[in-house]
Amino acid sequence: MGVELFSDIASKYNYLGVVILMMIGLYAMIAKNNLVKKIIGMNIFQTAIILFYVSTAAKRGATIPIIRHGHNGHGHEVIHAAEYINPLPHVLMLTAIVVSVATLGVALALAVKVYHQYGTLEEDEIRGQLRNK
Amino acid sequence: MRIIGLLIVIAFGSLLRYGVFFFPEWGDPASPPSLHVSPHYIEEAIAETAVPNLVTAVLADYRGYDTMFETTVIFAAGLACFMLLRVLQRQVPECRLYRHIPTGITLRIEKGGKLPTESGSFERIDSNWVPHDLIIKSTSRFITPFLQIFALYVIAHGHHSPGGGFQGGVILGAAVIMYAISYDLRRSIQRIGEQATAVLGSAGVLIYAGTGALCMVLGAAFLDYGALAGLLGVDPVMARSHGMLIVEIGVGIAVSAVMVWIYYNLSSAGRHDEGL
Repeated sequence: MGVELFSDIASKYNYLGVVILMMIGLYAMIAKNNLVKKIIGMNIFQTAIILFYVSTAAKRGATIPIIRHGHNGHGHEVIHAAEYINPLPHVLMLTAIVVSVATLGVALALAVKVYHQYGTLEEDEIRGQLRNK
Repeated sequence: MRIIGLLIVIAFGSLLRYGVFFFPEWGDPASPPSLHVSPHYIEEAIAETAVPNLVTAVLADYRGYDTMFETTVIFAAGLACFMLLRVLQRQVPECRLYRHIPTGITLRIEKGGKLPTESGSFERIDSNWVPHDLIIKSTSRFITPFLQIFALYVIAHGHHSPGGGFQGGVILGAAVIMYAISYDLRRSIQRIGEQATAVLGSAGVLIYAGTGALCMVLGAAFLDYGALAGLLGVDPVMARSHGMLIVEIGVGIAVSAVMVWIYYNLSSAGRHDEGL
């Protein structure tokens, strides 16, 4: 049983790394008390998803998705899909990375607002102040 | 809370670990993501769009709508930061700090005092004391133009080498942010003002959507760059390549401006007087 459970680690360790990163991010979002730490946890979670997508694009023995000699007008040679890695996950994650930076900015702006309102970023202190109102 | 969180995380992790058993091996060429549309993109993109970098081809042409709205999301995020944080009424600070550069003496000027003009010999400094750091300032001044030229190269050459509007735009924005960190926020705002960032951010999105609308005016579908062939004076396949370049420039402008805008608002909590 023990051997069976870990038999796929050698060929799928990328997914296991992603799962570990996701767990770290989720734990930070649930258990951390500080709002900025929660936001960073969210970012770790996003990074795990980005890594997951990008790792699904990989193909053994393939190269980056830029056609060789394509810019010299020799692009009319037959191109085999197996020679180039899948460009689609890279496209999706390329935009997702920049959007995640932008949303991180919005999240930090909200944290700044919360800090100005309550004078703290610790969740339990904020909850205490709300209860005492 | 910690124990409950840990239990949830472990349950979530074991569920995902169970799911991994059904995944294809890493690097398997026959894995499901590589089978559906991606062979078409890889094999036909250069014949259909004349762009060797498949990521750019898929980003700006095959999935042009997706990218347009991602750009809109980035602009909306910049706008959200502005709406949340910006303080528009000017408060006069309690006191201001100036440094006399030749001697290194710091002047503290209380409310009502006469302020020295910002010149070669006086510079205003932030209220948390910052030392006059020659190495950081000289290095950033030396690096910034190279960084900006590299960013323009990454935007303009995104068809043929790794790069494109998003990457180049972020590098361009980072160059401005580095300037703002190594000098101070006020000096950076003097160069690229808040209005400029807002206008450039929306102009970038407008360039993207406007290119799409222009294609519609010329009788094709939205973002079908082949319609631009007549305007650009090239064949329809090459027109797709040029159309993508226009769109990528729009994305680059929008992304760089919004990054700078978010930094301005976030680092000064919306007051735009003292940064990090």
